[in-house]
Amino acid sequence: MIDPIFLAEAAVNGLLLGGVLALLALGLNLIFGVIDIVWIAYVDLVMICMYAVYFLVQVYGWPIWIGSLASVGLGALLGIAVHVLIISPILGSAPVNQLLATGGLLFFLQSFATFLWTTDHRSVRLTLPTLEYGGMFLSFARLVAFAVALLVMLGLFLFLRHTYIGTAIRAVSQDREAMALMGANPRTVYVVTSAVGGALAGVAAALLIIQYSVHPFFGAAFGPLTFMICVLGGLGNMIGAFVAAFIMSEIISIGGVVWSTEMGYVIAFVIFIIMIFVRPGGLFARRA
Amino acid sequence: MSAGRVGVGVLLAALVAAPFVPMGGMRQYIFHVLIQIFVWSFIGGAWALMGRFGLVSLGHGAFLGLGAYTTTLLWNFFGLTPWLGALVAVVLTAALAVIVAYPCSRFQVIGHYFGLVTLAVGEVVRLLIIAERDWTGGSLGLTVRPAGADSLVAVQFADKRVFYYAALVLWALGLWVWHRVDRSMARSAMEAIGEDETAAASVGIHVTRFKIAITVLSAVLTAVGGIAYAQYIAYVNPDTLAGIGVSLRIVFAVVLGGMYALLGPTVGTALTIALAEVLRVVFGITYVGMAETIYGLLLIVFIIFLPSGIYGSVRDLLRRRPRSQPAAPVTA
Repeated sequence: MIDPIFLAEAAVNGLLLGGVLALLALGLNLIFGVIDIVWIAYVDLVMICMYAVYFLVQVYGWPIWIGSLASVGLGALLGIAVHVLIISPILGSAPVNQLLATGGLLFFLQSFATFLWTTDHRSVRLTLPTLEYGGMFLSFARLVAFAVALLVMLGLFLFLRHTYIGTAIRAVSQDREAMALMGANPRTVYVVTSAVGGALAGVAAALLIIQYSVHPFFGAAFGPLTFMICVLGGLGNMIGAFVAAFIMSEIISIGGVVWSTEMGYVIAFVIFIIMIFVRPGGLFARRA
Repeated sequence: MSAGRVGVGVLLAALVAAPFVPMGGMRQYIFHVLIQIFVWSFIGGAWALMGRFGLVSLGHGAFLGLGAYTTTLLWNFFGLTPWLGALVAVVLTAALAVIVAYPCSRFQVIGHYFGLVTLAVGEVVRLLIIAERDWTGGSLGLTVRPAGADSLVAVQFADKRVFYYAALVLWALGLWVWHRVDRSMARSAMEAIGEDETAAASVGIHVTRFKIAITVLSAVLTAVGGIAYAQYIAYVNPDTLAGIGVSLRIVFAVVLGGMYALLGPTVGTALTIALAEVLRVVFGITYVGMAETIYGLLLIVFIIFLPSGIYGSVRDLLRRRPRSQPAAPVTA
């Protein structure tokens, strides 16, 4: 029998991980909802930003918050670059080709990172305390990451609700053709969406590097999980993705303590597959 | 068409005769590359059986891994010959394919969703292999237990020529299956389903039955390819035989070549393997990752500029020319 304290600790850790996963899923979901393309390489962009924070903070000694801001900026630039260089030439192509183009980007980023930085695991060593509460040990870094993730998501919500471009983004995700008829330029919306999605990847990178070490295959570890969260919540559905992130992270965290890390993922993926059959439109889809 | 037949005959004769051509010290290496091209073309062709009808699977690594690990584990732990092991593996793969395909077609999981469900299945198989590390060796992989000498029972041979001919036969078998499907009624039915499921069902096509059949066929052939590859390399690893990486590689090769043509998967696989080998030879171990970096970049470029695949684009070009000539006098 497993000590209930361990289970509680796993549940809290799952909750904290869920915050960062939700941020990732929202970024990917935003892009999917607007441009209708799944960026297979999304988490690999996060990996590149994680390296950026690592080098700025650990090697050049910048303060972590400046490193994080730089990561956000880099993420936005990468997002725009991906859209302009890869996505916009193939907007009219078959969905397989669109998926594979970003899949090619995945291979490129993974191997280029291997080439530049080898497969060593690198981490930012911050001296953050560990909190003890009722026998549970909680990492302060994770608490900070969770809080920042929630704040950024709130910011994203306000941006989409209360700015002109945010409204345009929501409009495109509802009806692409009607949007163009209303006189808005979908191209600008696409570029802004890619930049915002990339910036969210940058934020996630800054929050992940203080908890995990980065290596070229980081994207392979978190990528499939991120897609599944998006689909589970309903592709393009922000609130669904938010809830799904916490469900998946709890399963992985608790499953990891009860069985093994891999089994935690296996259970999460199997539940994902079953959920697709039961509720194909996502957790909160209205039945047609 | 007769010129085409002659060309095919010459090519086949050349492939059959290849082992008797003196190649000096390069022999082993050339055979190694050719065997890989044949086996992965066969697997690519198996994937394309589904892919061409809009069932874009991103998880064929699941079938590949299930096939390869089943035969290898049965041989290593129970001494069961890979011939019988392959039978067990085929049955298991077919069962997995039905488990995936039945709900997918029953609940109309198509497009992006189908891709992501299959991707999840591929990851589940990879993670299960890693999790059961007491049996499977986890992410370190597993060596096929050596039989000691050349053995038909163990399907282990020191001479690469045996594997070369086996791979050639396998490849030809894959082309034959593709050809049969291409000429069958099932093809028309599947194309109708790929276009519009509801419309297809309304003209009396049994959507679920056709989808399950093509998925099982594709999965079983993929498993056979995985078994062949494992027997040849004599080593299985969850990252090279299951999961997202290998699944994407299969899709890449096929889309690069063109998935609607008989030889598309072969052309794509031959090119990607040749490219990977050239880059590996050029950069060697001095620049780890450089070869793969260029590979990834070229894939993006190819997909942007050759959307219907290399073979497809070349064939379209060749076909367009003769047709435009007879059309000219009509307009004049």
